[in-house]
Amino acid sequence: MSTPVHDLPAQKGTLLQTPVQQSSRWKRGRGSRVRFTNGLFKYYFLFSILALCLVLALVIFFIGKTAILTFKDISLAQFFLSFDWTPEEGKFGAASFIVNTISLTALTLLFAVPISIGMAILIAEIAPKWLKSFIRPILDLLVGIPSVVYGYLGLTVLIPIIRTLSGENLGDGLLAASLVLTIMILPTVSRISDDAISAVPKKYREAAYALGSTRLQVIMKVVLPAAARGIAAAIILGMTRAIGETMAVVMVIGNTAQLATSLFSPTSVLTSNIVMQISNVEFDSTWNYALHMMAFLLLVISFGLIMIIRLISRKRGDVA
Amino acid sequence: MSSFTPTRKNRRALIWDKAATGSFYALGAAVLLFIFWLLYTILSKGLPGINLQFLTKLPEEIDVGGGIGPVLFNSFYILILSLIISIPIGLGAGIYMAEYAPKNKFTEGLRICVETLSSVPSIVFGMLGLAIFAEYFDIGLTILGGAVSLAFLNLPTLARVTEEAVRAVPIELRNASYALGTTKFQTIRTVILPVSLHAIVTGICLVAGRAFGESAVIILTAGLSTSGEMWDFNLFSPGETLAVHLWYVHSEAIVEDAKQIADKSAAVLVFVVLFLNLLFRVPLWFNNRKLKK
Repeated sequence: MSTPVHDLPAQKGTLLQTPVQQSSRWKRGRGSRVRFTNGLFKYYFLFSILALCLVLALVIFFIGKTAILTFKDISLAQFFLSFDWTPEEGKFGAASFIVNTISLTALTLLFAVPISIGMAILIAEIAPKWLKSFIRPILDLLVGIPSVVYGYLGLTVLIPIIRTLSGENLGDGLLAASLVLTIMILPTVSRISDDAISAVPKKYREAAYALGSTRLQVIMKVVLPAAARGIAAAIILGMTRAIGETMAVVMVIGNTAQLATSLFSPTSVLTSNIVMQISNVEFDSTWNYALHMMAFLLLVISFGLIMIIRLISRKRGDVA
Repeated sequence: MSSFTPTRKNRRALIWDKAATGSFYALGAAVLLFIFWLLYTILSKGLPGINLQFLTKLPEEIDVGGGIGPVLFNSFYILILSLIISIPIGLGAGIYMAEYAPKNKFTEGLRICVETLSSVPSIVFGMLGLAIFAEYFDIGLTILGGAVSLAFLNLPTLARVTEEAVRAVPIELRNASYALGTTKFQTIRTVILPVSLHAIVTGICLVAGRAFGESAVIILTAGLSTSGEMWDFNLFSPGETLAVHLWYVHSEAIVEDAKQIADKSAAVLVFVVLFLNLLFRVPLWFNNRKLKK
C-alpha cells in the first residue's frame, strides 16, 4: 500500500496517468489474493469450530457405544438405584458414586464460590493498580499447579491436619477432597469472574456513582448484575473442574466404594472409581461397560449443568 | 457539599461500604498468604535435593537414587505435540465464534458444543483416547495417543479464551481498520490479533500449565511406563509423564526413597509450571514495548 505514496512525488507533474493505471493494475492482482486469503481463512475458522464439534461427537460416540452395552447384562434400575458395587460378584450399582459426586461438588462450591467471587471483586474493583498487577499473575500461576501436586499435598499435609483436628484415624473422605478441590478451582473461578467484572463498561459505574452510590452499592447493584453472565461461566468452569477432577480426588478420598455417611468416611466418586479400575478390566466385560456408563453419566451431568446455567444467564441478560 | 446532611440510611451505607472494603482486603490477604505458604511448602521440600543427575537419570524400580529423566522429557514432548495440534484449531474456533458466527440457531448449537466440550472431565478424554488408540487402532498406550487426547482436552479452553480475548477488542478499532478498506481477515491479522494477543497468550499459558501437569488423561492413554531410554522421540513408545510418575511413585512404587522422589517430582512440576508462565510472558513484554512506541 505504501508504494503509490512513494511513487507520487517522483513522477509528480510529468505523467499523471501512469501511476494511476499502475496502481489499479496492482490493486487487481493484490486484491484478488487478499480476497482469496480472506475467503480461505473464513473457511479455516469454520473448519476449526466444526473440528471441535467433531471431537465432542467422538467423545459421545466412543463412550456411549460402550456404555450402552452395560444394560445388556444389568438393569437400568440396578445401575442407578443400587448402592452395591461389587464387580467381582456381578453387582454394578453406581448410586453411591453418583450421590458422592454430587455432594462433593456441592461442598466444594460452598467453600469456593464466596471466596473466589470475593477475590474477583477485590482484584477488579477495590484493589489499587499495583496490588491488581500483583495478585493477578499469582492466581494465574496457581491455576497451572498440576492436580497431582494438589493431591499429593492434600495427602501429605492436609490429611494429617484433619486427622489431628477431628480425631478420626483416617482423615480421607469428602472434607479432605472438597478442601483440595476448593483450592484447585479457586484461582480459575476468581480469575474468570475478575475478567467478567473488569469487562463491565466504566460508564455503568460512573452513572451509579453519579447517583451517589457507595462503592459497595455500585458493586452489588451494578457491577455484579452486569457481570453475572461471566461469573456464571466462571462457576461452570469451576464446577466442571470439581466434578471431573480425578487425580487430586483419588489421592485424598480413600477409594472405598460406599456411600459417604460422614465428612470423614473413606468413599469414592465417579471419576476416582473409573481411574482406579479401568486399567485392570477387560475390554469386553460388563465391568468395563459399567465404567464407561459412569463416564457417560459424567458427560450427561456436565451437559445438564451447562444447560441450566445457560438458562439462568439468559434470564438475567433479559432483565438487565 | 456543605448543605448535604447525611441521613441515617446514608451513614449506614457508608459504614457498610467501609466494612466490606475491609473484609475484601482481609480475604485477599488470607488467600495470598495461603498461596505463598503452599508454594513454599512444595518448593522447600523438593528443590534442595534436586541436581542434574536426578533430572536426567533413569527411574529405578528397586534401588535407591532413581531419577526422572525420561518422564521429564516425555512431559515436554507430549505438551509440545499437543499444543502443536490444538493451538491452530483452538484459535481458529475462537476467532470464528467471536468474529464470523452469525446470530442464529446454528451458532447457538456450536456454542453449546464448545461449552459442553469444555465441561467434559479430563478422565473422559482419557477414556476416549483409550478407546481410539488402544482399542480401535490397537497401538497400545503411546506418546501419540497421549498427545492427541491432551490436545482434545486443550481445544475448548483455547477456543473459549480466544473468543473472549477477541470479543474484548473495541469495535472502534475494527471500524477504523475496515474504513481503511481492509478485508475481514486483514483486520483480524493486523488489528484484532495484536490487540488481543495478551489475553490469548495468558490463555495459552493456562492451557499449557494444565496440560503439563495433566495426569488422568496420560495415565489412560500414554501409560505408566517409559521405553527406558532418554531422548526417545518415537511417537509409538509408552510415555509416562512427570505428573503420572509422581502419582505412580507415591502409590505403587516400592523403592525406599519414594517419598523423596515424590517430593522432588512435585517441586520440579511446580517449578516447570512457573517457568512456563514466565517463558510465555517474555514475548509479551517485547510486544507491549512495540505497541507503546
